[in-house]
Amino acid sequence: MSGDLRARNHSAWWAFLLHRLSGLALALFLPLHFWALGQALQGEAALDRLLAWTAQPLVKTAEWGLVVLLAAHFALGLRVLALEFLPWRNWHRTLLAAAAGVTIAVGLALALAL
Amino acid sequence: MTPRAAVRVWIAQRASAAVLAVCVIIHLITIAYATRSGLTAAELLARTHGNVGWLVFYAVFVLAAAVHVPIGLRTIASEWLGWRGRSAAIAAHLLALALAALGLRAVWGVFA
Repeated sequence: MSGDLRARNHSAWWAFLLHRLSGLALALFLPLHFWALGQALQGEAALDRLLAWTAQPLVKTAEWGLVVLLAAHFALGLRVLALEFLPWRNWHRTLLAAAAGVTIAVGLALALAL
Repeated sequence: MTPRAAVRVWIAQRASAAVLAVCVIIHLITIAYATRSGLTAAELLARTHGNVGWLVFYAVFVLAAAVHVPIGLRTIASEWLGWRGRSAAIAAHLLALALAALGLRAVWGVFA
């Protein structure tokens, strides 16, 4: 029993860390994202120049990583809301699995789309 | 932070998270749809230009993020850097204003 409890605490800690680090990365990216879309104010050509730059493989891969981080932060955030607001708490593992599932599904879907 | 202020911040973080959860689902679907055959300014602007629905959606999205991000960063600053108190609160508020301004500017940029 104690081993089971330790493992559960461990996975919850990883969930916490990933939630925090993904949030931090998204917070750093957000001003850049807003600035980039703000290029539309300079006209369609300016926005197109920027979009052409983002079509490079390395940038595209980084964007894919950001979308996966967004999915991870979203899914892990839903986990936090469920733990805090829903009554029954004996389902940590299920929520973690669901968060991982959502993240992987979004990652795969976007990998196909990008 | 006073207990009352802490409760307000906690509620703001959860309420903004709930709004963001809905926005992120729509955003992820839009990304998958918009990028399926390469992203061009013409396509993007054709979708958003003069579209009040997208304007309202993205304005809500930006404002929720402007509430959510500074609170999260403030928590990280407090727990990992030990940066607390008045200066941290002021920095968080300034960041919220800057994100809201920059984000709404971008929203207007793709709408107008």
